[in-house]
Amino acid sequence: MVNTILATVGTAFAPVDQHYLFQARQMQALSLAVHIPLVCFGIAFPAMVLFAEWRYLRTGDPLFRVLARRWSKVMLALFAFGVVTGTILSFELGLLWPGFMATFGNVFGLGFALEGISFFVEAIFIAIYAYGWDRLPPRLHFASGIPVVVAGVAGSLFVISVNGWMNQPTGFALANGVAVEVQPWSALFANRYFWHEFVHMFVAGYIVAGFLLAGAYAWTFLRGRPGRYERTALAIALSAAAVAAPMQIVIGDWAARGVAKAQPVKLAAMEGLARTMGGAPVHLLGWFDGDEVVYGIEIPWLLSLLAFHDATATVQGLDSAPPADRPPVNVVRFAFQAMVGTGTLLALLSAVYLYIRFRHNRLPTSRWFYRAVLAAGPLSVVAMIAGWITTEVGRQPWVVYGVMRTSEAVTGARGIPIGYGSLIVVYLMLAGALAWTLRRLGGAPLDLAAPPAPTTPMPSESHEVSRAR
Amino acid sequence: MLAEVPVVLMLVGLAGYTVLAGADFGAGFWMLLPGGGRASATATRDHARHAMGPVWEANHVWLIFVLVVCWTAYPIAFASIMSTLCVPLFIAAVGVILRGASYALRGQLDAATGRRAVERIFALSSIMTPFALGTVVGAIASGRVPVGNARGDLLGSWLNPTSVSIGALAIATSSYLAAVYLAGDARRLGERTLERDFRARALLAGLVAGALAIASLLVVRADAPPLWSALTSGGGLVMVCTSATAGVLTLLLVVRRHFEVARASAGLAVSAIVAGWAFAQYPHFLPGLTIEQAAAERSTLVAVLIGVGAGAFVLVPALVLLFGLFLRGRLDAHEGIGVSAVDVPRASAPSRPARLGPFTIASLLGGSALMIFADSGWAHAVGVASLFAAAASTFVLAADIPGDQADG
Repeated sequence: MVNTILATVGTAFAPVDQHYLFQARQMQALSLAVHIPLVCFGIAFPAMVLFAEWRYLRTGDPLFRVLARRWSKVMLALFAFGVVTGTILSFELGLLWPGFMATFGNVFGLGFALEGISFFVEAIFIAIYAYGWDRLPPRLHFASGIPVVVAGVAGSLFVISVNGWMNQPTGFALANGVAVEVQPWSALFANRYFWHEFVHMFVAGYIVAGFLLAGAYAWTFLRGRPGRYERTALAIALSAAAVAAPMQIVIGDWAARGVAKAQPVKLAAMEGLARTMGGAPVHLLGWFDGDEVVYGIEIPWLLSLLAFHDATATVQGLDSAPPADRPPVNVVRFAFQAMVGTGTLLALLSAVYLYIRFRHNRLPTSRWFYRAVLAAGPLSVVAMIAGWITTEVGRQPWVVYGVMRTSEAVTGARGIPIGYGSLIVVYLMLAGALAWTLRRLGGAPLDLAAPPAPTTPMPSESHEVSRAR
Repeated sequence: MLAEVPVVLMLVGLAGYTVLAGADFGAGFWMLLPGGGRASATATRDHARHAMGPVWEANHVWLIFVLVVCWTAYPIAFASIMSTLCVPLFIAAVGVILRGASYALRGQLDAATGRRAVERIFALSSIMTPFALGTVVGAIASGRVPVGNARGDLLGSWLNPTSVSIGALAIATSSYLAAVYLAGDARRLGERTLERDFRARALLAGLVAGALAIASLLVVRADAPPLWSALTSGGGLVMVCTSATAGVLTLLLVVRRHFEVARASAGLAVSAIVAGWAFAQYPHFLPGLTIEQAAAERSTLVAVLIGVGAGAFVLVPALVLLFGLFLRGRLDAHEGIGVSAVDVPRASAPSRPARLGPFTIASLLGGSALMIFADSGWAHAVGVASLFAAAASTFVLAADIPGDQADG
């Protein structure tokens, strides 16, 4: 009986003729691009908020409390926008890609089930944390923020485990177009491709959230004399981004070697390498004309050296796959170069910051530095989105690498352009609402005097705890 | 047997969503129709809005939970439903976005112009979303979703008598739940006028929802006879009767102002409808596809159950904590008092451990070397850990600017 079911399913989800496949991909890409910057805040922001509150608990300095409290409101607002944009994504998986879901939902779905649980935990504790100021004892309040940190990271880990599987699909066999002999745990988590992807994104979360937040305070540095509040806030946000950005170079190198091993055609597209060759070069900038990179700066042997730590190693070119199985080279290549170039600039800016911070034990004073920080926020978003374009467009034409084409996954329903158009309108409204919300939260008067001034010093730690209860 | 366990989880999630998020949707409904009571329209709107503040995100996640369990455990059914019913589901998704965004925005618009417009978007999307989801339920229940990639009618599958009546019923039950809950919240806050208003609204909405439920049954009888016969026999009939009894009981409790018990019985009345639907369809998921046939392999089902079971260990206490705080008013926006931070001492800033600098440099170099030159998974794991340790200690050293410097 199982076989008849399998046969039915094989035909029920046979590839359809979808005229608007490209629009469906764009719709999905748009929704991801809207959601992912919010995910960065889910990964990194709770830890920064808790750091500020921890400083308050340690020093009793009310400034840290005001900072943590104001940030927790921003965190809650960003979480709300993340909830709704994430909901759209989970709908779109089914609305746009039923072939993918029907065939492989049983393999990768576990990742989303676990993500759903961590999302639940995050939603519960973020409410307790953000609404619990003044209503929970300080230490308990601090503790209620810890699950938010953990769940934010865990949620992105589970989602990326699915993306890692799509790039390196394992843990199943195909029979009549249906996945059988499924091993969901090892498919998702015993997958080496996933780990570098996750670490890369985790670090990116700190870069994006840190620089965007620091940019908001850099603005007050440029407009006039910043107060102690702004300087403290900037130091926390910028330090978080500045320790992450240089580290990302090492992580990125690791990720690129993972791609070289698992997806040689994607690497060839990233570098515009038409033919398989030993001692392959890297080209900076330029344009892939279908056969080679023209107008680029060639650095001989570098690609072989970077990808395999051997200047003469053979690197597979685009010619290792039939033309129908190659991704669009220039999109992938430009996205990759944009990510690496922007990321390098951000790492340099971070190095300048850390040098001044530690060499002179102060914040930088140059206006140019703060102009650069202001630009670094949007640039870090560009770098991160470019990175996702590299990996997602670089996987094309496959949705499940080497197993299922995107055209086999798409819905047979009509009306994709209508959905795409209305979604653009909705996202524009959303962007307006988010901008206004953040402006109001940022513009609210500083209430430095109001929070209860901590009382006399209380050096004894145990006494402190007992009083906190 | 194992194949049916995830359905039970989905039904629990669906009941949770219908009751908890349903009450939030209903609060939006009352924001659209705040008149007719003794309290001012503004006070009524603000009460409805504030009441869901701390919990709406958590209430919303039930829906995500149902979706992910469905696509993992019953991928074919999920894909068939999503592709055929893409129009109402897209409307629901847009409604979710508009609703969440306008709610977050409204909180920042205390006296600004445009707050009414934002409130209206919130209220309308609070009606649009349950209606669209109700039509989806109607489409599945009346057997209009065939197995396959968008094989069903793009419009007729959800624009039909059964779907539309269940959509309307979803709006009515949401408004009814919300009115009961808001009356209870008003009582807790000591708002007598609002309590009276919402008590009246709860009675009215309860009667309307009951009438609509009976009307929907008659529509189903004409439009989807198999569903009708399943709802009027066996487990389906038991659930229909349970819902009716709990609904009447809730009305009596509301009349007598026992709002906390009414919360539970109103929830039961609505959950019983979900259960009734399940009994009516059993053992079929979609026409020609039983739950058994739709289910993924054993390994996947076991993995989902382990995942959800482990999650429940964290989730259940967390939910109890959240609703415990919420229903006791510990998270209310109005209350200004409470445990303030006076208990926190002003201790001198702890001196930095002197060895943090060398530790940072050592772990940075060691981590980088492992990442670049080693090739095994374990070496990379240690490398990543060392890099993170270096980053964390650098962060702690850099983020804490000296006080005099910060002041200047």
